[in-house]
Amino acid sequence: MARITVHLWSGLRRLTDGDLESVEVDASTVGEALVAVAAQHPGLEPVLAAGVSVVIDGEVSTSRRQVIQPGSEVYLMQRLKGG
Amino acid sequence: MAKDGFETLKLVGTRPNRPDGLDKVTGRARYGADFSLPGMLWGAVVRSPHAHARIVKIDATKAEALDGVKAVITRADFPTGLTGEDWNLQENTMAGEKALYDGHAVAAVAATSKLLAEQAARLIEVTYEVLPHVIDVDAAMAEGAPVIRAGAADATVPEGLHPNVVRYMEFGRGDVDAGFAEADLVMERTYKTEATHQGYIEPHACVSKMGADGKGEMWVCTQGHWYIRKMSAAVLGIEASQLRVTPTEIGGGFGGKTTIFMEPLSLALSKKAGGRPVKIVMSRSEVLRATGPTASASMDVKIGMTKDGKITAARAEFRMQGGAFPGAPVDMALYCCFAGYKLANVHHVGYDVLANRPKCAAYRAPGSPNGAFAVESLVDEMCRKLGLDPVEVRLKNGVTTGDRASYGPKFGSIGLTEVLEAVKAHPQLQAPLGENQGRGFAVGYWFNHNGETSVSMAIGEDGTAQVSVGTPDIGGSRASIALMVAETLGIPYEDVGVNVVETGALGVNEPTHGSRATFASGKAAVEATQAAIKEMCRRAAAEWDIDDEAVEWVNGAAQPAGPNAGKFPPMSIKEIAGKMGQTGGPISGHHESVPDGVGASFGAHVVDLEVDPETGRVTILRYLVVQDAGRAIHPSYVEGQYQGGAAQGIGWALNEEYVYDDKGRLSNTVFLDYRVPVASDLPMIDTVIVEVPNPGHPFGVRGVGETGITPPLPAIANAIHDAVGVRMTHLPINPPKLLAALKAR
Repeated sequence: MARITVHLWSGLRRLTDGDLESVEVDASTVGEALVAVAAQHPGLEPVLAAGVSVVIDGEVSTSRRQVIQPGSEVYLMQRLKGG
Repeated sequence: MAKDGFETLKLVGTRPNRPDGLDKVTGRARYGADFSLPGMLWGAVVRSPHAHARIVKIDATKAEALDGVKAVITRADFPTGLTGEDWNLQENTMAGEKALYDGHAVAAVAATSKLLAEQAARLIEVTYEVLPHVIDVDAAMAEGAPVIRAGAADATVPEGLHPNVVRYMEFGRGDVDAGFAEADLVMERTYKTEATHQGYIEPHACVSKMGADGKGEMWVCTQGHWYIRKMSAAVLGIEASQLRVTPTEIGGGFGGKTTIFMEPLSLALSKKAGGRPVKIVMSRSEVLRATGPTASASMDVKIGMTKDGKITAARAEFRMQGGAFPGAPVDMALYCCFAGYKLANVHHVGYDVLANRPKCAAYRAPGSPNGAFAVESLVDEMCRKLGLDPVEVRLKNGVTTGDRASYGPKFGSIGLTEVLEAVKAHPQLQAPLGENQGRGFAVGYWFNHNGETSVSMAIGEDGTAQVSVGTPDIGGSRASIALMVAETLGIPYEDVGVNVVETGALGVNEPTHGSRATFASGKAAVEATQAAIKEMCRRAAAEWDIDDEAVEWVNGAAQPAGPNAGKFPPMSIKEIAGKMGQTGGPISGHHESVPDGVGASFGAHVVDLEVDPETGRVTILRYLVVQDAGRAIHPSYVEGQYQGGAAQGIGWALNEEYVYDDKGRLSNTVFLDYRVPVASDLPMIDTVIVEVPNPGHPFGVRGVGETGITPPLPAIANAIHDAVGVRMTHLPINPPKLLAALKAR
């Protein structure tokens, strides 16, 4: 399990304790990272539960089981789709 | 304009006739309204004439007394206790305590004929208590505005905002104030765009039946039948697995057919009518009053620029209403608005606001055209003020592969630079302009999407292939998928059939949205084909008694992979398929995934137009679309997407808007009054397909359906300024509005 920096983009920052731009968690997968972020900052839980896009190294993650490599760039964004 | 690779392709990049073309031009193709069943009833919907009203009483006595009326439903026939988006969908499908917009469904009836159903609907008496309403987004979040639904805001909304603000977002990086201080020119403007409808030719239509055994079936025109199944089941409180949904051909969607409207009503009516099938076909008026338009927006943008065109800081504050429910695409608008620019200092603020209008649905790059109108208009104004070339300023600030996007993450492979260079090289930029004529330029962006995807393919006994996909064909995806499968198999294009199949035939497929069909279903089809090829190689290896790994697939045949593998003549797909019954049975392949490797797409448009100073009418003289397709599988359909996006954007810029009267009733409910561009309004739209292959797709595909609607809004406003010197900041720029601006000069 590696130390991951999860960047909070869009409206998530003010739901953390301290208006944080990013959160440090220990995780090896997308699912673990989301659980750890919500555990540290319960205010984020309902928004994460409603669905967010997890962007890893510029690409939207396709699975909660996706492995996050140490050093990867991780962003949480509003869920993306389109018309 | 292929950048590299793919030189050996034989079929990908060619322009064969589309497999569904003959049926469509001869009238054989069956669209939603063409479908009927024996014993079928017709449904009609009672809609609110008020923008905001409490429903005091619904009396269906007179309707039910009519001979031939078989069922009447109201919200009382729906389950209770839904939450979140399921509740929103249910409330939009059938009003509960309040009607929230003009056209909101309040009851529905099924009868033995269409006329009888409509007559019965008129006999249903609804007593309303009319409430104050609000239409405009800025008015809806102002102090004292009528509260549409208390408690609808989610956790993101800070205290102190009006209850109609239901989502809030704020994000960015760097120090924008310091960035503005570095600039030689700082400008700030407010822009507004009005709601527009997707304007698909085919109104919504469906036939549903709900049997006594609790199993339901539906035939419907939709972009995504698994979504129809999931949403209808949620709204009606049934198991999705008990509902089977078959898509008909579809006459356009553009995002507007990714959700439900009257489909659950036909199921509920069928159930109440003892299982008889119920057909509902919307009129154009119903489509405009009650199905998803896009959001309207009010947007503040501030940009700092140096004398040589470097953008030092940018700020956007967008307010968007998406009707009486959460979901205005303000997040997407903010993500996209500065996406083309490399920015160290950028800040975004967004408000999703309720208003008494229909629930917005996705519309081609939802939010991106609004944001582009604001940002690209201001960048153009600043370029003119500083005497800079607008294309060069975009190149100077433009993002390239690996740059950090304004919305956070780093870009993968992108082709904005190549697009801008192609614009510079195009002869339209040198075409002379006359009096009252002007040229406008703008850039647009869309992320594109992957989504849950399931594809199956089977080899026929004659060596042909049949592919089953779950993404309805709204832009030529059957042809594109057939080309990719034929290329992979090494067989003729005509030997591949692509079928859009029902929900019982595949795993879950998301709709044809996010410009994903050719990318995602195409990628899955190639993977499925590779699985079938592997099995065909295995059959050949068994016959030759050599290792499976010693066989390769070349030009539609299995062959030994090298001289050491053995000396056997190639075994063609026809030979393998012809005897597959004796070598192990049918050969097929399937693939299920949420495919990774989505490639984003940038585009740039150039428009030349003329303004009639006496009437304010704008005539489009020339129009150029340049966009990165990654790789154009079927260039004609890529060009068609580019042209279609431009045409819809031209309509949004010049004419289209929802016009409400002082009671909040929609005034322009037919195409005579809701003015979409027609062929005689448009010149031939020129296209340049830039190809910077997407490394995430086996043939380099990027989605192309959505980016094209983004640049027209600002490009046209910029061209009007170039022509007559007035800066229009509120769309649409229709003749009365432009004439007034010209007179005020």
